[in-house]
Amino acid sequence: MMKIWSMQQAETAAAGQKKKKVTAAQLRVQKDLSELSLGSTMRTHFPNPDDILNFTLTIEPDEGFYKGGTFNFNFSINQNFPHDPPKVKCTQKIYHPNIDMEGNVCLNILREDWKPVLNLNAVIVGLQFLFLEPNASDPLNKEAAEVLKSNRETFKRNVRTSMAGGHFLGENFHRVLK
Amino acid sequence: MARARWAYLDRVLNRTGPFTDPDWVPGEAPLESLLRAKILVIGAGGLGCEILKNLALSGFTDIHVIDMDTIDVSNLNRQFLFRQADVGKPKAEVAARFVEKRVRGVRITPHCCKIQDMDEDYYMKFSMVICGLDSIEARRWINATLVGMVDADDPDSLKPLVDGGTEGFKGQARVVLPTMTSCIECQLDMHAPRAAVPLCTLATIPRQPQHCIEWAQIIAWEEERKDDVLDTDDPEHVSWLYSKALERANEFNIPGVTYSMTQGVVKNIIPAIASTNAIIAASCCNEAFKICTSSNPFLGTPESTNYMMFSGDDSIYTYTFEHLKKDDCPVCGNLARPLEVNPEITLREFIESLAERPEAQLKKPTLRSEAKSLYYQSPPQLEEQTRPNLDKKLSELVSNGEEVAVSDPAFQIDFKFKLVFKS
Ligand SMILES: [Zn+2]
Repeated sequence: MMKIWSMQQAETAAAGQKKKKVTAAQLRVQKDLSELSLGSTMRTHFPNPDDILNFTLTIEPDEGFYKGGTFNFNFSINQNFPHDPPKVKCTQKIYHPNIDMEGNVCLNILREDWKPVLNLNAVIVGLQFLFLEPNASDPLNKEAAEVLKSNRETFKRNVRTSMAGGHFLGENFHRVLK
Repeated sequence: MARARWAYLDRVLNRTGPFTDPDWVPGEAPLESLLRAKILVIGAGGLGCEILKNLALSGFTDIHVIDMDTIDVSNLNRQFLFRQADVGKPKAEVAARFVEKRVRGVRITPHCCKIQDMDEDYYMKFSMVICGLDSIEARRWINATLVGMVDADDPDSLKPLVDGGTEGFKGQARVVLPTMTSCIECQLDMHAPRAAVPLCTLATIPRQPQHCIEWAQIIAWEEERKDDVLDTDDPEHVSWLYSKALERANEFNIPGVTYSMTQGVVKNIIPAIASTNAIIAASCCNEAFKICTSSNPFLGTPESTNYMMFSGDDSIYTYTFEHLKKDDCPVCGNLARPLEVNPEITLREFIESLAERPEAQLKKPTLRSEAKSLYYQSPPQLEEQTRPNLDKKLSELVSNGEEVAVSDPAFQIDFKFKLVFKS
């Protein structure tokens, strides 16, 4: 090693040294985006196409309780991705046992079960699944979870009513129907 | 300079030992390297205090230290270069002054800033970088920077990176020779992810005081102070979280929420044990000394071990092994190659030319620079948004010497090119 820095200090010429380099997080997101399978029920929107770390995912379930709705999620990914999971929030106020009124989502792989080997596709599959099979055992909206557990018909009616938007069960829901 | 103080140290430099390389010449030359070496220490916290002290006591004389933090009263139990009167002052500065005062002849230059504030010209000045950080993000940044700085024609551009880390009774010391041996990014899976509690537990059935604090941070803050950006260094913000957490803990009959626990949870303070810091810092500094003087074989020699893990959880266990370089590492797997291009051709023409390059033969490339999404094959909406770039000239999209990363579903790894404009 000694030979390497024997005498003089390194020269610091070479043009373009201060140019920013594509970051490891950008590279990984780029790879994940190329592997995304959105199918016919999902689409993405990039408010600033140069910034791939921030985008919206729209899910339009074609079956289940939430069929016919349009649901938007904000994805915000930091420079420590994939060590850190993406931050995902629902931008609308909706009635869902695993999503609270602030849009927080209870999905295990977004928090306690996130691993760097998981990719964005795993996350969007997980989100899609929440609309097909809302999960009463991991509630963020406790009231909705109770209803789902005790009476699926009432739950279904509540979902439909809330999806039309307006004041219901003490909350102002967003209209998510087309 | 009188070297009486260094008599013991000089014995290692003035004669060969059983393990020294047969080509090594003891005496003036290794001493000269030690005195000339310019060392950068990143972090002046628990590990950093130990590292600075050790380097000075190992005969290094030219040290820089970077740390953006100021001294908090909770640091005083183990960050022994700081005193009560220093609370609120920059760590880098106080640590530097303290060590300079105690060890005659050492110069320590402090920088109270983020590592990201310094450019490559700055990092290029050093012989070696030693990290004593608690942030994975900062480690990844300096690693990528040092890997990116390596110029095959200039051996001085290769800066060994010595990295120490501790968590409770556990720790590791590792050495990276950027581009030659496994890098921090190759080893990302060695960091255990932060243990997280399911969001629904926080929201519905908190069981521990920490759950109440996390609830205040994630849910209450968003509900009530959405428009303020949470700053975990702002005492008013921490106090607010503390009072919210306390209310919630009372509601669920959970004892134990305190202000300092709130601070610990929201700042994700990892429990630090002074002795673990001392062990890991000592190991890092010994390696730095050996790398610099070649007096003995060091951790991280290519094709040998490069990673020492230490665990004091169950008696003492240490294990030193070789972490292999990953071929598909996004940082060191494929280094940026200079590529001469005509700045007047369009992006479409450039992409077509990539398909013809023998080493790449990229069929469906996606390209970006740090600042710009040049062209994305998918998802469909991004493809549509970036399509207009295909007919733009390269000179409109990138600047001379800028790096472009190219990925293609046919390849596991990304290609990086530094576009050099042909005049
Ligand atoms: Zn690597």
